[in-house]
Amino acid sequence: MDRRLLITGCAATLVALAARAVAQGGEARRIPVVARKFVFIPNEITVRKGEPVVLEFTAPEVAMGFFAPELGLRALIVPGAVARVPWTPDRVGRFDFLCDVFCGDGHEGMNGHLVVQA
Amino acid sequence: MPADFDRRDFLRLAGVGAGVVFASGLAGCAARAGTPSADFHFVQLSDSHWGFNGPAVNPEAHTTLARAVAEVNALTMQPDFIVFTGDLTHTTDDPQERRKRLREFKAIMADLKVQDIHFLPGEHDAALDRGAAFQEFFGPTHYSFDHRGVHFIALDNVSDPAARVGDEQLAWLAKDLAALDKDAPVVVLTHRPLFDLAPQWDWATRDGDQVVAQLMPHANVTVFYGHIHQEHHHQTGHIAHHAATSLIFPLPAPGSQPRRDPVKWDPAQPYRGLGFREIERHAGAGFALDQHGVTGA
Repeated sequence: MDRRLLITGCAATLVALAARAVAQGGEARRIPVVARKFVFIPNEITVRKGEPVVLEFTAPEVAMGFFAPELGLRALIVPGAVARVPWTPDRVGRFDFLCDVFCGDGHEGMNGHLVVQA
Repeated sequence: MPADFDRRDFLRLAGVGAGVVFASGLAGCAARAGTPSADFHFVQLSDSHWGFNGPAVNPEAHTTLARAVAEVNALTMQPDFIVFTGDLTHTTDDPQERRKRLREFKAIMADLKVQDIHFLPGEHDAALDRGAAFQEFFGPTHYSFDHRGVHFIALDNVSDPAARVGDEQLAWLAKDLAALDKDAPVVVLTHRPLFDLAPQWDWATRDGDQVVAQLMPHANVTVFYGHIHQEHHHQTGHIAHHAATSLIFPLPAPGSQPRRDPVKWDPAQPYRGLGFREIERHAGAGFALDQHGVTGA
């Protein structure tokens, strides 16, 4: 089997297992995101419509912001703490997010996308 | 008088020569009881980002500001005063380098013939140290003053890196406005837009709606700001908001593309999209805006 296919298959299985766990009363899927100068890691986050997730942001260097204007999601990310953003996507699409706390030369390019699949 | 009209109309009304561009209503007659409003004009400079290094977007970054200074000095009629609406310098993590840039910027400003200059910070000047270095060179980051019957208010929406004006300044603003007649002409100077121009590009002020709510009871308010590196004109109710061009590089139209990357330098049209504006006040007729480019001459 092609290695990429295997990895894709595993990822899909994990998503399915996570969704089943939630349906059975399990915890929402946690998605860690690191906000560094001047990038979010990862900067593209894919979730499924209706899947409860918690975005867990950390900022190891300086205070950062997370803001997804179209979704009304926002958090201040302070070094030393985890900023948790619970979210259950209710529509399919690709939504921009950005750092909205000025963090230095490169701040203007610090952004990413939330991708919601059917 | 309509809220917006052409500068040629304005100048015709004012009995002056021909000109170009745009104007904003501000027809109040008195800033405070017993203070008559009179004609005058001032210049708005913005976003010079002194210290910026990016040859692809401005290979003349080290001369552009001085060129603008020379062009202001060459105006036939010198302005009563000048306002500089933020991002005087480009940001740096190094506090000493920040002060060096502010010092060099201030030295260039010293060449202006008109030395009544009101400086505001931008986030590049002030967000990383909450305005400390800016204040060492230019004093308070928010203040008000009166000129020929018009009340000017400089608001700081950048020293908080999260782009808030903040409760303390909002309380100060309320007190400042309380001293005015409701029909007094008011000009608000600030760096970021006070409305949600393009939140996905961080072109907003987080509590700007609270500022606008305080301004709404006042009949004659005009806002001049910077930050977005281009001319832009917007109304929130009866309040006009006018963004200024930059003196370093233009930015794309709000929300017109996925990223707000600077517009590349065009050797065939150097300095395109850069410049400053004259703002003419005519009592009872509002403000006329006259845009000037920066030239390579």
